[in-house]
Amino acid sequence: MKKNNAEVAIACHNINKIYQTGDIFTQVLYNISFEIKRGEFVAITGPSGSGKSTIMHIIGALDSPSSGSYYLDGQDVSQLSDDELADIRKNKIGFVFQSFNLLKRTTVLRNVMLPLVYAEAPVENRLALASKALLAAGLEEDRWAHLSNQLSGGQMQRVAIARALVNNPAIILADEPTGNLDTKTGEIVLDTFRRLNKEEGHTIILITHEADVAKHADRIIYIKDGHLVE
Amino acid sequence: MFKDLYQETMAAITANKARSGLTILGIVIGIASVIALIAVGQGTQDSIKTSIQSIGSNLIMVMPGAQRSGGVSGGMGSAQSLTLDDAKAIGQEIDGVKAVAPEISKRYQVIFGSSNTNTSIVGTSISYQEIRSLEIDTGVFLSAEDVSAMRKVAVIGSTTRDDLFGAGFDPVGKTIKVNNINFKVVGVTKSKGGSGSNTQDDQIIIPYTVAQKYFTNNQYVGTISISAESEEMIDTVQEQVSALLLERHDKTEETTDFRIMNQADIVSAASSITETLTMLLAAIAGISLIVGGIGIMNMMLTNVTERTREIGLRKAIGAKRNDISNQFLAESISLTFLGGFIGIILGWAIAWGIAQFASLNTSVSWSSILLAFGVSAGIGIVFGYYPARRASRLNPIDALRYE
Ligand SMILES: Nc1ncnc2c1ncn2[C@@H]1O[C@H](COP(=O)(O)OP(=O)(O)OP(=O)(O)O)[C@@H](O)[C@H]1O
Ligand SMILES: [Mg+2]
Repeated sequence: MKKNNAEVAIACHNINKIYQTGDIFTQVLYNISFEIKRGEFVAITGPSGSGKSTIMHIIGALDSPSSGSYYLDGQDVSQLSDDELADIRKNKIGFVFQSFNLLKRTTVLRNVMLPLVYAEAPVENRLALASKALLAAGLEEDRWAHLSNQLSGGQMQRVAIARALVNNPAIILADEPTGNLDTKTGEIVLDTFRRLNKEEGHTIILITHEADVAKHADRIIYIKDGHLVE
Repeated sequence: MFKDLYQETMAAITANKARSGLTILGIVIGIASVIALIAVGQGTQDSIKTSIQSIGSNLIMVMPGAQRSGGVSGGMGSAQSLTLDDAKAIGQEIDGVKAVAPEISKRYQVIFGSSNTNTSIVGTSISYQEIRSLEIDTGVFLSAEDVSAMRKVAVIGSTTRDDLFGAGFDPVGKTIKVNNINFKVVGVTKSKGGSGSNTQDDQIIIPYTVAQKYFTNNQYVGTISISAESEEMIDTVQEQVSALLLERHDKTEETTDFRIMNQADIVSAASSITETLTMLLAAIAGISLIVGGIGIMNMMLTNVTERTREIGLRKAIGAKRNDISNQFLAESISLTFLGGFIGIILGWAIAWGIAQFASLNTSVSWSSILLAFGVSAGIGIVFGYYPARRASRLNPIDALRYE
């Protein structure tokens, strides 16, 4: 079932995911189907271990479903090769990982510029792009030359967000972006996402197990034990 | 793109300086020993070549030789088959011969005053000087009259002069005793230099007529030295000499009683030995290079494991397999290149030191430097390939989860 609707950014249809560890097969996702439109701000929520991160990996073209189809901007992504998936991630997706995954012993600016290296952005533009992303993510300028391991958790979170923004991807996927933050800092980060969604038009998919956080989104997709709950 | 790769590589190498340094050291030692050992081999080869070349110009030597059949060899010069007439015939009948000199040599105790030395006495003609490219230091060489009038005169080598009279002494006009016969020294030859004992510096040259009369009492000569007119003529002269002597001695190729060698043969025989030796030395040094390469591989594998999460992240933000493998390959090649560079300098220094302090000739050739560079880059590729490939094949999700 091909989705050619220009409005639809993400279309999952009957997605199953089964992990194999030795002889043991674990089914994590069961017949998941949903759509996300361009410019939406969606939260995917559910209890721990329900399969949220697994869905995010499939949506982000980091992983492939065991069965079912997944269309990203109308393109079938479920059967692509490693390198083709890398291209899609590079051009369309910005990840904010739960554990930041910043490069150690590397400055904030270099961390943020890393996606530009693979996108082969002209060297002379990189600093400007990184500065813009860091401002958008709300990290104070006097921290930009610091090494990533000299930052606080909230500051690292902003660097991670800036890195997701720097290549101006249509879709931003954020996995528990407030998980490590206190409520106040969490609010600031969530406001940042809201602003990016409203002002810059990014499609934002927020993954969280906290109902309070999910409330910030326009729409909530709820998952329990690998099943979609309407 | 290259600038990115360069910066990433430098950052990775400097991130763990001690580990990178030790890994590089393995390559440095390997490359330095290859360079130094090849330099020693090549230097030895060069000095052997020049000392062979210094024994004469376009030289062909005929020696009495035991017959090869039967397997029993009487040893060089022990047989008596060449005569003075053979030498004369070669000079008269063969084209392309510039000069011919018979040599009658024997070892004797030589005495001057209270000092004495054991050296070889060479009875020969005046052509000997030209054939063996001898230069006179003081005095004169033998003259035609010395030979025809059987004058008891002697031209001595520089080493013999040092042994008998002491260095720097001018012995011209002095009388020395060879086998109780008095000879007047008329000249001293210039040293041919070179390392080790150069036989041409330690000999006493007298007219062959005198040698015949007082020492051998027969028509036989030890060696006939021939100088061809040019390098190109050497082969044809050699063939003609061989044919002439076979005819004169009434022999065939199988029953031949003499042997002919030319300088080129000697040079190439000696070169092939030293070349083999050089290769052997280089191969032994090469083993340490392989060990160094394994060190590189070990370090790169550790690197890949340590940086698994980083690799996962890079893939998540769009790095392709090639981007990842290029990054790790660039790292291993930079390490080996750096090691190669330092190794070449160190090897050069070692070769220089050997030449200075061990009085062994060494020569570092461009080809061995290029070889070393090629080999070190090759090691980077070969031993870096597997770790790089492993990194590039990591599944991004597994890599990101790695702790
Ligand atoms: N590689 C794997 N092999 C086997 N099982 C896996 C693998 N990865 C995830 N799982 C399982 O899949 C289920 C869903 O995992 P997932 O990470 O998607 O949960 P989650 O909803 O993100 O949970 P949390 O809120 O705690 O992050 C879990 O039960 C987990 O054990
Ligand atoms: Mg999760």
